[in-house]
Amino acid sequence: MTASRREFLKGAGALIVGLSSNLQAFAQEGQFGTHRSHVDPDKLDSWIAVNSDGTVTAFTGKCDLGQGIFTAQTQLIAEELCVPLHAVKLVQCDTDVTPDQGSTSGSQSTPTNFNVQDLALAAATAREALISMAAQQFGEDASRLTAIDGAVRSPSGRQITYARLVGAKKFSLPVNKRAKRRTPEEWTILGKPVPALDHAALMTGSFEFVQNVRVPGMLHGRVVRPPEMGAKLLSVDKVSVSDIPGLVSVVVRKDFVGVVAQTQFAAGQAARRLVCKWEPGPALPPQEKFFDHMQQQASHDELSVDSGDVAGGLEKAHRVLRARYTYPYQMHGSLGSSCAVADVKPDNAKVWSPTQSVYPTRNCIAMLLNMPPDSVRVIFVRGSGCYGLNGADAVSFDAAVLSQAVGKPVRLQYTRQDEMMWENFGNACVIEHRVGLDVDGSIVVWDRENWVANRGSRPGYDKPGNVISGMLLGYDPEPLRAAPAKAPTRKLRNGSNTVPEYVVGCAGGVCSGSGTVKSERVLTHTVASPFYTGPLRSPLRIQNTFANECFMDELAAAAGADPVEYRLRHLHDERVRGVLQAAAKAANWRTRSVQQKSASRSEEVTGRGLACVAYEGDNGYAALIADVAVNLQSGVVRPIKFTIAIDCGPISNPDGLRNQVEGGLLQGMSRSLVEEVTWNTKRVTSVDWEGYTSLRLDYEVPAIETIFVVPDNVSATGAGETSITVTPAAIGNAIFDATGVRLRHVPFTAASVLAAINNIHSGASSA
Amino acid sequence: MKQVLLVNGKSQTVEIDPETPLLFVLADELHLNGPRFGCGMAQCGACTVMIGSQVVRSCVKPVGSVGREPITTLEGLGSPEKPHPIQQAFIEEGATQCGYCLSGVILTAKALLDAKPEATDEEIREALGGVLCRCFAHTRMLRAIRRYRDGRHA
Repeated sequence: MTASRREFLKGAGALIVGLSSNLQAFAQEGQFGTHRSHVDPDKLDSWIAVNSDGTVTAFTGKCDLGQGIFTAQTQLIAEELCVPLHAVKLVQCDTDVTPDQGSTSGSQSTPTNFNVQDLALAAATAREALISMAAQQFGEDASRLTAIDGAVRSPSGRQITYARLVGAKKFSLPVNKRAKRRTPEEWTILGKPVPALDHAALMTGSFEFVQNVRVPGMLHGRVVRPPEMGAKLLSVDKVSVSDIPGLVSVVVRKDFVGVVAQTQFAAGQAARRLVCKWEPGPALPPQEKFFDHMQQQASHDELSVDSGDVAGGLEKAHRVLRARYTYPYQMHGSLGSSCAVADVKPDNAKVWSPTQSVYPTRNCIAMLLNMPPDSVRVIFVRGSGCYGLNGADAVSFDAAVLSQAVGKPVRLQYTRQDEMMWENFGNACVIEHRVGLDVDGSIVVWDRENWVANRGSRPGYDKPGNVISGMLLGYDPEPLRAAPAKAPTRKLRNGSNTVPEYVVGCAGGVCSGSGTVKSERVLTHTVASPFYTGPLRSPLRIQNTFANECFMDELAAAAGADPVEYRLRHLHDERVRGVLQAAAKAANWRTRSVQQKSASRSEEVTGRGLACVAYEGDNGYAALIADVAVNLQSGVVRPIKFTIAIDCGPISNPDGLRNQVEGGLLQGMSRSLVEEVTWNTKRVTSVDWEGYTSLRLDYEVPAIETIFVVPDNVSATGAGETSITVTPAAIGNAIFDATGVRLRHVPFTAASVLAAINNIHSGASSA
Repeated sequence: MKQVLLVNGKSQTVEIDPETPLLFVLADELHLNGPRFGCGMAQCGACTVMIGSQVVRSCVKPVGSVGREPITTLEGLGSPEKPHPIQQAFIEEGATQCGYCLSGVILTAKALLDAKPEATDEEIREALGGVLCRCFAHTRMLRAIRRYRDGRHA
């Protein structure tokens, strides 16, 4: 057992021993790519400790970034262990004390910790163990005993508290894979709209963000990034800043440049004034032709499905429709620029980090510092809302390098420009559809090809070059290996939602799609991106769903069919159908067979659009109906109402879920209407809030109606990314309904809407 | 240079370069968590504090220009145990996600409603035009502000 795990439990009087350190073995193997942790996830004591005062300390590898999982996991522990909510202390993401659960990402926290595995299973194991200990003490049959309020009771009225059963002792049991979860019918704490446990501290300003971590003797760092993409460092003139009072050091390592000073003010001055010479990088492809450029690059190809007959099918089809959709790079654009605090000593290092991936970050930092992973401790402290991969990992690497160089604790916070110029953007995408319809207008063949611009991503356990700071320190991002696609041989995993909901999704002899169209091909070309990219909330799913669901709307219109009926016609999956029907009912959807194009030149017209998704194929379901107004004079799109049906299985906290759904819709609205990364031939130009547009708090917030669909006997799925996924398509389809113009590029800026309206009114084709 | 600041009702003496942004003094010298660095250019509101009755972006306000005017940060309004009514309204509406933006949102709304207690919804929105919340908890935030406004005049 490590000292820090003891520290966590000391106050509460628990005792856990026997977690051995593998430091020696690790150092000898020199393996950074391993997931090895001294916290064994198969041991109950790694997850749960009952303290001598009856309180419970639980350890989780999934952390709260503002999405509410701290409260929901606390509810989970309280529910499964049958203790009051306030008796649970949850410790999040700390490589010294919590199990390695990889990244908090991909809408995976709920599936991972709330179904029959990991944290939930550990808590259920602990409850069953406590009941069986009590049964032994009472000499009664365990099946007759119940756990309630931190104690075990028998029908005869005997009672013993958890503290007396196990308090301050370890369970010394494995996590029981067959431990029984409490069912939603039995829930008294889970499933309730428990107010978020961090809100009082947040609203009153006392909450400690990573930006507020203060370590005694701490210095302040700033990084000095290259002036343009691909530039290489030639020289640094340290004398240029030698007169700045409080400057401690200028740190240079390969292409990495940073400064350390006594104060943030001095560090900022030094970073601005430091004279560096850089060799320019290659010119960037022009933004206005970027999507064409993407389609001309060498690519790594992958077939998700291929029935082998799409070419023939398209030839034989009664009618063929084609369209090309494009989606720009967008930013996480976290409100607070990323920050980390590192304290690197000769033989150990501590890093307070907002990373969503403490163990992978630990291993990467160990690589960069040339230290054994077990000697590095990464402690998660919440930063500004992240939505995927902002500068959190990169800044943690930078802070560690600066601290090692000066031998003192260093706090590093990026400037706004450092953050926005170099973060891992959401990928730019091109999607082309070719679909054949039969005489009735039904889909008989769907051929789909898409291009994804990619560079880097999450660094994982051993690829620090996947983010900017690792690259500057000498590690390349994962290389793109151009290769033709192989025939799909394993069961479809629709993790990026490239495969439309309406095809059968057959691969590896299994058809796991949600639709009925048998003739199908989905081919993805991954190409090199000039900018770093990464998993921005609903990564690739939002891009692909925008293209799929808008095109589905085009097909329905071409077939003269109602968009709801047309979707249902091609869907067999009950859960997608369920949310679609629920949303249509709630929004009082009126069947329409032809698109009600307005010939009006009145100032404002209204329309209604629909989109649905089976997120990642089976990780959450949503259908959204958007009512929007479009100003025909200005081109401004004004969403009026969102009606959304969500199915994420059993709900841990309805209020937390509602908050996520609402935030997702409005963030999706901002991304649909205004957000786009811009660049010139040398560098990204959208590097502050003037250059990168985001909706602020001054727009008319649309009304939101959220309907939860909860089928019986299903597992919990992710929920943080479903609502945003369907937003661009629903708005795009509503604009079409209102105006008759089909927009195939996000964002739907006023200028682009106006240009399209003027185009259609001047008699030109909307295609 | 020695400077005396009146922060959240307490007199504080700091030895500091007067050009230093007020934010760095509040965060690094006085260890306050409420105002936070977002952009350093007064574009987002994360660093908002009140100086007297005015909201000010502390990231661009040199500490030497503050004078003896009282400074109020988000934690100066209330505590988790005893939140200010506007903070209470935000708690009741569950009106945040990550919470990084709250100094800008809450203090800007409070300053407006202090000056104009019956501000319309449109005036509230207008006042918040310089404030960013990237988690987009907007629905709940506007509801909380209205709850606070209406509660004071019920």
